[in-house]
Amino acid sequence: MTITVIARNTFKEAVRDRVLYLLLFFAAVSILFARVLALLTVGDRVKIIEDVGLASISLFGALMAILIGTGLVYKEIEKRTIFTLLAKPLRRHEFLLGKFLGLVLTLAVLLAAMSLIFLALVLAHTGTLEWNLLLAVVYIFFELVLITAVAILFSSFSTPILSSLFALAFYLIGHFSWSLETLLKKLPSGATRTFLRFVYTLLPDLENFNIRSEVVHQLPVAGAHLLYSAAYGLVYAAFILGLAIVIFRRRDFI
Amino acid sequence: MNPVLSIDALEKAFSTGFIPRRKDILRGISLSVGEGEIFGYLGPNGAGKTTTIKCVLGLIFPDAGKIRLFGRDHLDPRAKERLGFLPENPYFYDYLTGREFLDFYGQLFSIPKSERAASIARLLELVDMERAADLPLRKFSRGMLQRIGLAQALINKPALVILDEPLGGLDPLGRKEIRDIILRLRDEGKTVFLSSHILQDIEMICDRVAIIVSGRILSQGRLADLVSETVLFTEITISGVDDADLAAFGESLSTQAGRTLLKVCDELNIEAVLDLVRAKGGKVHSLIPRTRTLEDIFVDMVKPQ
Repeated sequence: MTITVIARNTFKEAVRDRVLYLLLFFAAVSILFARVLALLTVGDRVKIIEDVGLASISLFGALMAILIGTGLVYKEIEKRTIFTLLAKPLRRHEFLLGKFLGLVLTLAVLLAAMSLIFLALVLAHTGTLEWNLLLAVVYIFFELVLITAVAILFSSFSTPILSSLFALAFYLIGHFSWSLETLLKKLPSGATRTFLRFVYTLLPDLENFNIRSEVVHQLPVAGAHLLYSAAYGLVYAAFILGLAIVIFRRRDFI
Repeated sequence: MNPVLSIDALEKAFSTGFIPRRKDILRGISLSVGEGEIFGYLGPNGAGKTTTIKCVLGLIFPDAGKIRLFGRDHLDPRAKERLGFLPENPYFYDYLTGREFLDFYGQLFSIPKSERAASIARLLELVDMERAADLPLRKFSRGMLQRIGLAQALINKPALVILDEPLGGLDPLGRKEIRDIILRLRDEGKTVFLSSHILQDIEMICDRVAIIVSGRILSQGRLADLVSETVLFTEITISGVDDADLAAFGESLSTQAGRTLLKVCDELNIEAVLDLVRAKGGKVHSLIPRTRTLEDIFVDMVKPQ
């Protein structure tokens, strides 16, 4: 399968990139910093460690997806490596999907590495391995899959800097769009409400993937919500990738 | 015989700028490349050589025209299975080593692992890059990149190899080596399509050429037919005879160290000059009939544009 060949090479490219290790280093620092914050806190210190740790994993994971993802396709075009690739029996959508899967694989490995540091810190503090925390990491992963798709979409027609800004905007909008939902509940029905409902449906809602506080406080998470969020992430990512392929397929590589 | 590559009335225009302005790059290119020949695609910079090649490879979508590779549509992956391509100024994944790089491209053709290792070893030997096989590509020089790029183009044992300016930016030794490899490819029965703006490259190795200027093919055919055998004039180098005596027979081009270079246009005058030299006790150092070169043809064609 040519997709897996591209994916493996993308993985190789990502793990030989120094930016990755810099981000991983800061992620580790950030996770361990949770321990310092806990010292300054009155109350349940373990919850603080867990909360800050998971938030760090989420934030740095998103940064990795955006910073690596936006450069992936653009670099191939800019450095003209794509010329020789597309001259081989490789279809354009296979190239794009290979790039996507390669980065998803990279992010999975990075999430595993960050989770390891995180779990070790929690273990040192509580004396137990809290595997249930990993459920939150799995949903962070779903979010990263979606962000990767968005990064690749922008990367297929724009420069890395612009793409990074677009993808970052997507990330921020995605995390604040839930406030629109709150607003909708308070509005009387009418044109404004219909319009806002439309906007809310269109915008990504990345808070769907945030089950961190439920996991940390050991609150029950509804099975339906878990199922819905996973499906939401995958369908949204598939839609974005489809869009990227449509744009990429008709492009001239001058 | 079916042509390996045929291009029919290919047209492409680009729109650039904030207020898009149409710029025609290809204005009806038609050519066909037969099996087992080295086909030279000759033209000045910006004539549309690379654009044509990119259309063939499916990197650019033409506005009009048809391209067939091995009798199939050029975008058919089955056609690309038998194609090798080396781009102009190749730049590859600098984080891979030479061996990893070739292996990656071999995988794209789904070549089994054991077979890949064997053909990589063979190709590294062919392009004389065995020593650098395990060096990352970012440490490669220009000439090394060109060679590993050529190896990459041959990984699938292609029937047709498309080379965009394969001799560009190489030193004389490197040029000779690449030329030898191209000739060897033809001896193996492969078809080679190469573009160049340098006449000598094409003149030395190509069987057939097409000349492209401003997006149009001005001439196409066997090199021997284009470069006619008729003698345009003869250059004779003479010493021991007065310039004034020679003036009646031809134009004196230069006089250096007692030797005169005489340009004689009429064949009958050649005998007369030789008789004169003998009579005066002079000496003929050389006598060279000049035929039309590709350069003359090229200059003739480009000038009116």
